[in-house]
Amino acid sequence: AQPLSEWAFTRHRLYFLTIGLVLLNLPCGSYTEIPPKPPGTVTVLPPVTPAEGPQAFPDAENSNLPVFTMNYARIQVPFEVTLWVLLASFAKIGFHVYHKITFWVPESCLLISIGLMVGAIMHSVHEEPPAVLSYNVFFLFMLPPIVLESGYFIPTRPFFENVGTVLWFAVVGTLWNSIGIGMSLYAVCQIEAFEVQDINLQENMLFAAIISAVDPVAVLSVFEDVSVNEQLYIVVFGECLFNDAVTVVLYNMFNFVAEMPEVEPVDVFLGVARFFVVGLGGMGFGVIFGFVASFTTRFTSNVREIEPLFIFMYSYLAYLVAELFSISSIMAIVTCALTMKYYVEENVSQRSCTTIRHVVKMLGTISETLIFFFLGVVTITTEHEWNWGYIMFTLLLALVWRGLGVLVLTQIINPFRTIPFNFKDQFILGYGGLRGAISFALVFTLPDSIGRKKLFVTTTICMIMFTVFIQGISIRPLIEFINVRRTNRNLETINVEIHSRLIEHTIAGVEDLCGQWSHYYWKDKFLKFNNRILRKILIRDNRAESSIVALYKKLELQNAMEILDTVSGDINAGSSIVSLQYVYPLSHSSACFLSLSLSLSRSLSLACSLSLACSLSLSFSLSLLLAFSLSLSLSLSLSLSVSFCGLVTLSVSLSLCPPGCLSYTSFHIVHPSSLTHYPFNLNRSDGYLRNPEGFGLGSIYQG
Amino acid sequence: MGASQSARTEHEFQDLADRTGFSLEQIGNLNKRFRQLSKNEETLSRQDLASISALDNNPLRAQIINAFFDKRNLRQNEAGTVQVIGFEEFLMVMSHFRPAAMHITEEEREKLRREKLRFLFNMHDTDSDGTITLEEYRRAVEELLSKAGTIGQETAKAIADAAMLEVASTTRGKMEPDEFYEGITFENFLQILKTFDIETRMHVRFLNMDTATMRCGK
Repeated sequence: AQPLSEWAFTRHRLYFLTIGLVLLNLPCGSYTEIPPKPPGTVTVLPPVTPAEGPQAFPDAENSNLPVFTMNYARIQVPFEVTLWVLLASFAKIGFHVYHKITFWVPESCLLISIGLMVGAIMHSVHEEPPAVLSYNVFFLFMLPPIVLESGYFIPTRPFFENVGTVLWFAVVGTLWNSIGIGMSLYAVCQIEAFEVQDINLQENMLFAAIISAVDPVAVLSVFEDVSVNEQLYIVVFGECLFNDAVTVVLYNMFNFVAEMPEVEPVDVFLGVARFFVVGLGGMGFGVIFGFVASFTTRFTSNVREIEPLFIFMYSYLAYLVAELFSISSIMAIVTCALTMKYYVEENVSQRSCTTIRHVVKMLGTISETLIFFFLGVVTITTEHEWNWGYIMFTLLLALVWRGLGVLVLTQIINPFRTIPFNFKDQFILGYGGLRGAISFALVFTLPDSIGRKKLFVTTTICMIMFTVFIQGISIRPLIEFINVRRTNRNLETINVEIHSRLIEHTIAGVEDLCGQWSHYYWKDKFLKFNNRILRKILIRDNRAESSIVALYKKLELQNAMEILDTVSGDINAGSSIVSLQYVYPLSHSSACFLSLSLSLSRSLSLACSLSLACSLSLSFSLSLLLAFSLSLSLSLSLSLSVSFCGLVTLSVSLSLCPPGCLSYTSFHIVHPSSLTHYPFNLNRSDGYLRNPEGFGLGSIYQG
Repeated sequence: MGASQSARTEHEFQDLADRTGFSLEQIGNLNKRFRQLSKNEETLSRQDLASISALDNNPLRAQIINAFFDKRNLRQNEAGTVQVIGFEEFLMVMSHFRPAAMHITEEEREKLRREKLRFLFNMHDTDSDGTITLEEYRRAVEELLSKAGTIGQETAKAIADAAMLEVASTTRGKMEPDEFYEGITFENFLQILKTFDIETRMHVRFLNMDTATMRCGK
C-alpha cells in the first residue's frame, strides 16, 4: 500500500521534470537531415559570446585561463537523443502513476497523445523535431529491437501448431486487402466530387499496399494486455510479423510500376517469383544466422560476460544482411530469434539468459515508446493536405475489406484447422488489424514524383490514429462484451504440463496405431532429427531435458525465492505496512484505503488516509502487530501508520507540498491476488506439506 | 465379397456410425486398418498392437496398448481387462479421440471433457480403485520421462511428488499435520485440469481418405 506522500511526490516531480525537459528539447533541431543550427541562435542555453550583455568573464584580449567553458555543439547529437528518450520514458512512468488509465487506454494511445502535445509545443515555436521516423533511422534503428522482442518471446509451440493459418492470413490476407483497397480507391477517385482524379491506378495500388499491412508494433502493444485465447493471439501476432514479405514485394512492385509507363504480364510473374525470393530468403537467412549464433554460444563458456552480445549482434546482422538484399528483414530477424532461442538458452549461463531476456525487452519497449511518441510529434509538424472524401473512404474501405477478407479466408481454412474459429474469433481477428508506424515510414519514402504525396501522408496518419485510438481503446471492452474465449496464459502447473506431454504422446501413439499422418507425425520426426543431429552440434553439453523437468526446476526456483521474500523482504521497506504474521508476501493481502487531502493553505496540505487492510491470510494465529513507519520524502511528508491485528491500518500523513500544488481525492481498492501455486515449502524429505511458519498441512505419504 | 456381405457390412457400419459418431468413410478406413493389424481376423490381441514398429519410440506404448483392452474404456462399468477386442470395441476406444464438433452446447462440451478426462484417468489408475495413488502417479511420470534422455529416477520421483503436493493443495487446501492425502479422485482430477482445454487438444484427426495405404503399412 503506497502511502499518499510517495504518490504526491512522484506526480509533482514528474510535472516539473516533464516541463523542464520539453523546454530543454525545444532548441534541439533535427540532426540527421537538417543541419543543426549554429549554437549562437540557441535560445535556452546561451553560450557565452563576448558581444552580448554584461560579461562575467575576462575580455577576449586578456589571455587568462578560462575557468568555465561550454561547448554545446560537440555533444549536441547524443545529448538530444538522450533527452528525447528520457522524455518519452518519463511519459511512460507518468501513465502508470494512475493505473486506472492504462487499463482502459492502451499505452500507444497515451504516448501518441503526449507526442501530439509536444509536437504542438514545438510547432508553435517553429522548431523541427528530430527525424526519427525517416526511412533510414526508422528501419535501421527503431524497428529491429521491436521485431526482435516479438520474435524472441513468441510462444513457439502454439506458433508451430498454427503456422499454416498464420501464413495463410499473412500472405493471402494482405494480398486481398491491398488489391481490394487499391481497386476500390481507384473507383472512388473517379467520382468527380472528391477532386482526386489525378491519382492513377498505380498510385492507388501503391498506397493501398502501404496501408493494408497490419502493423506489429501497434498490434502487440494492444494485444499484450488483453488475454484472448491462444489460437487467436498467435494468428494475429504471426500475421503482423509475417506479412512483411508481401508488403515489401507489393511496395517495390508498385513503386517500380508507378514509374514505368506500362505493365507487362511478365512483370506480374516476376512479382510472384520475387515474393518467393523475399519470403523464403528472409526465413533462410534467419535460420542460418540462428544456427551460427547457437554454434557460437557453444564455445563461450569462458567469456560469459559477452555472451548476450552474440545474440544481439547476430540478429541485427541477419536484419541488415536481409536489408542489403532487399528481402524481408522482419522475417529474417524473427526466424533468427525463433531458431536461436531454443539452443542458446541451453548453452549460456543463467545470468546471461536473464540479461538477454531483459535487454531484449528493454530495447523493444524503448523503441516502441519512441515510435509512438514521435508519431504524435510528427503528426503536428508535417504538412498536410486534407480531403474529406478520400480519407473517409479509405478508412471505410480498409475496415470493409479487412472484415470481408477475414470472413472469406476463415471459411476456407477452418476445415483444415483442428480448432476452428467461430464468429467471435473472426470478429476480433478482423477488428484487431491495427495499422501503425511502418505504414507511416513507408509513406514518407514515396518518391516525390507522386503528386499527391501529402494527401497520402495525411490519409495514412488518419488511418493510424483511427485504428490505434478507436480500435485500440474499444477492443478490450468489446472482447469482454462478446465474450471471446479467453485464456489464462499465466497458469503454469506441473500437472497441466505433465498432462500436456502425456496427451501428445498418447495422440502420437494412437495416430501410429491408426496409420494416419498428422501434425504430430512431422513434429515427431523433427524432434527425432533435433535430438539426434542438431542438438549434438549446437549444444555444449547435450543433456536432453524434458519440458516437464524444465518447468519443475523453474517452479522450484520461484518457490524458493518467494519464501525468501516472505521472511525478510518487507521489513526494510520504510513506509510500507508490514506484518510479520502473514504467511504470504505483502502483495497477497488486499488493502483498500481512502485518502483525503485538503489543501489548507497554498503550502500545506494535510493528508489523512485511512486504510483498511483486509488480508486473506489463512493462518489461524492472531497476533497483535504494531508497526509504524516514518517516511520522509522529498515533498516533506510524514506518515504514521498503525495496524492492529493486521486487519485495520490507520495512517496519517502530513505533507508539505510546493506552492500551487494540486490536491485531490483518491480512493483505491487493491484486489486480493490469487494464491500462488507453491505457497508452502516443499520439504521433500518427508513429503510434508507445510507453510513457512511451520504449520503442517498434511502429508502425502502414509504413516 | 458378395453383394449380400457388403450390404450387411454397410448396415453394421451405419449402426456403428450412429453409436460412436464416426462417419461412414472413417469407419471404412478404420476397418481396413483393423483388418491389417489383426491379419484379417475378427479380433485383435495385444501382440498385434505391440508389433507396430512406429510405437516403439513412444514412451507411453504400454499404457496406450493397455487402454485398448481396459474394460472401463469400453463403456462397461466393470474393472479389469479383456484379452481380445473386436472391431466395435476398437471403435469405441477410438471414439474418445474424436474432435469436438464446431457448434456444440455447453453441456455437450462438458460431457466430452469428462469423457476424455476419464480416459486419461483410467490410464493412470492401473489398479482400478478409483483413485490415483502416489505410486501410480510416480510410475506414470517415470514412464513419460523415460525416453526423454538421462533423467534420473530420483528426479522423476521428485517431480511426481511435487505434482501430487500441488493437487493436494489445490483440492484439499489446508490439512492437519497427521492427515493423509490418499490419492487423486476423479473429481480432483477434473478440478486440477479445469483450465486445460482438453476437448480441443485431445483428438486425432480421423481422415476421410484412406491414408493407410499411403504410408507403407505400419
